[in-house]
Order: sequence, then C-alpha cells, then structure tokens
Amino acid sequence: MTIQQEYTYDVMEVCLLAGKIMLESGAETYRVEDTMMRMAQAFGAKESHSYVTPTGIIFSIESEQPTKTKLFRITNRTTDLHKVTLVNSISRKITSNELTMVEAYHALKEIEKSGVEYSVKLQVLAAAIASGCFLIMFQGTWVDFLPAVIAGGTGLVAFILAQSLVPIKFFAEFVASLIIALLSLFFVTVGWGFELDKIIIGSVMPLVPGLVLTNAVRDLMAGHLVSGLSKGAEALLTAFAIGSGVAVVLTFL
Amino acid sequence: MIIEQLITSFISTAAFGIIFNAQKDSLIKCGIVGMSGWFIYVVMTNFGVDAVPASLAGSFVVALISQTFARLYKTPIIIFNVAGIIPLVPGGLAYDAMRNFVENDYNLAISLAVKAGLISGAIALGLVFSEVINQLIRKAKLPPKVYKRSRL
Repeated sequence: MTIQQEYTYDVMEVCLLAGKIMLESGAETYRVEDTMMRMAQAFGAKESHSYVTPTGIIFSIESEQPTKTKLFRITNRTTDLHKVTLVNSISRKITSNELTMVEAYHALKEIEKSGVEYSVKLQVLAAAIASGCFLIMFQGTWVDFLPAVIAGGTGLVAFILAQSLVPIKFFAEFVASLIIALLSLFFVTVGWGFELDKIIIGSVMPLVPGLVLTNAVRDLMAGHLVSGLSKGAEALLTAFAIGSGVAVVLTFL
Repeated sequence: MIIEQLITSFISTAAFGIIFNAQKDSLIKCGIVGMSGWFIYVVMTNFGVDAVPASLAGSFVVALISQTFARLYKTPIIIFNVAGIIPLVPGGLAYDAMRNFVENDYNLAISLAVKAGLISGAIALGLVFSEVINQLIRKAKLPPKVYKRSRL
C-alpha cells in the first residue's frame, strides 16, 4: 500500500469514528454528515461523501486511486449530549489546524471509552423532580407534588430495568408508563393524591420523545428525508407505547 | 402564579439536561432557555391566545436563545433547544386524547389528537423559522468560504 493510500484510510478511520460517536450519542443526522465532511476536508480530502441514517454510516473519499468507501453499522443509540459537544469541539480544532490526525484519533478514542456524565441515581432523581415540576406547570396543585415525584422516579427506574431485561425500547416504555399509571391510581385511591390525570401526565413527561421529535424535524428540514421519517416513526411509536401503557390501566381498573 | 411557573419550568428543563447527559456548566443555560419559552407560552395563553400560536411563539423564542447560546459558547445548538422545548410538548393533550379513545368517545379523542398534532407542528415550525432567520443573518455576515488546497 502506498503512503498516500494509507493516509486516505487513516483519514476515513478518524472521520468514521467521530461520526459513530456522534450518531450513537443522539446527534442530528445532518450534523454527523457535516462534521465528517468538514474533518475530511481539513485533512486534505478533495471530495468526500457521507450518507448517514440512524442505523448506519456510509462514507467515501475521492482520491487519485479508486474511490474508497466504508460502511459502519450503528446498533445502539443513547442520548449523551456531552459526547456530542466533545466531538464537536474536536472537529472545530481539526478545522482550525490545532490538532493533528493522530492526536484527534486518540482524543476520539478517549471520548468513546468515557462513561456517562451523570450516575443513574442522579438521573432518576432528576426525572422525579422534573415530574413534580411538570405537575405544577400543568396547573396541578402542590398536594399532588409528592405522588408525581414518586411515580415519575419509579417510572424511569422501571424503564431502565425493563430495557436491561428485554432490549426492546418500546416494550420498556410500555412497562414504565403502565407502572406510572398503576402507581398514580394507587395514590389516588389511597387518598394521598387527588387529580389522577395531572399526576399521570406529569410523571410520564420524562419518557416523552422530545429529543427524537426535534431531531426528526430538523433532519427533514435539512433534506435528510430517510432519517427524518425513520426518526419520526420512532417518536410516534414511543408516544404510542406510552399512551397504551396508560390506556391499559384506565380501561381495566 | 407566574413565579411558580417560572421556577418549576426552570427546574424541570435543567433536570431534563441531566437526563440527556448535558455538561454540568450548560444545565443552568438549559434552564434559562426552557424558562423563557414556557414564560412566553404561559403569558400568551393567559391573555387568551390559542395554544397553537402560543406554542409557535414559545418554540421560536427557545430556538432564538439556543442559537445565541450555541454561538456564544461554541457548542452544538442541540444541547439547549432539546431540553428547552420539552415543556411545550403537548403531553397533556395527547394524554387526554388517549383517555377519550379508551373511553370510546372518538369524536372528542380525534379533535384532541389533531390539536396535539397541530401543536407539535407549531413547535417544529418555530424551530425552523428561527433557523431560517439565523441562516439569513449568517449569509449576510460571512464572506464566501475559501477552501484549503487539497493534499490527496
């Protein structure tokens, strides 16, 4: 392999790693494509093409030799905005020539290995408090604050547990909203809470697919029709799962 | 009470920043974005404006402030606007629609579902509007890009 060929492959490796981390952390499709192409350009690639969907990346670089193309499959997607920021700042540094390719590669590997910013406990606590606050925002009374906090926190715990048992996201969302509705109903029947509807609405808010919905719209507007539609479908399915979990409790109890 | 609404919307948006793993120093900014959007929404609905245009204005403000923060702190805009629009998402309406479907009141359920859909559309439109304005400003400001000579 000539040195130039090797260089092209290295460039592709770095760009794909950056793209993979961003996509797995929940960045918008157009941002992933944009970052990869900017990085390739900064490393001196004449022309590069990237095709990103929520489940895979295809990236190719044109050079004097036949065009090189690589495919990367993305299987698990989480939300980790901290990683998106980190990769974004690395790509900024690359385009302003502050980082060499080797340095960038090591920095990206470091990011890939790093864990999440907050512990699960803290996330559950945040979800619980957010549920209580949503209850007040939706004109609930302070009497129902504590039931909503408990139901919302338990809902996220149930979601995390169900997802670790069965790796189907929609099933986990269904179970979580089912438990939230059951718990809320319990609180109201016992007499600790008063407005069943408000408690349930507040508590399911942490599960609502806000991120996916925004990304879907932004992708659609940026012309990434395939990713936009598939993310829209994901958001719709999530909303449906949450709705049916609540509906089961309302129908049978 | 408007102060109660401001505080709770601030806390809930910052809490969503934690759920989405945003950096620690951006949590307060997330809270400010969410609070501003919700403030516009609450004030408009209190003055009798319909929920759809109020959501449009709210998400427009969210996107506007997010863009300013993104440019100021050189971070992707997604950090701020994702948490910021969460309070505006019509969770309550969607729930009411679902409840009426379950109780076989399809007429009411469909009208509620359409309303929830319209509000989601309004939120998206607000985000897009401010995006367009942002791009117009950027185009007016920046000179045409000069690309580096290729090495490959």
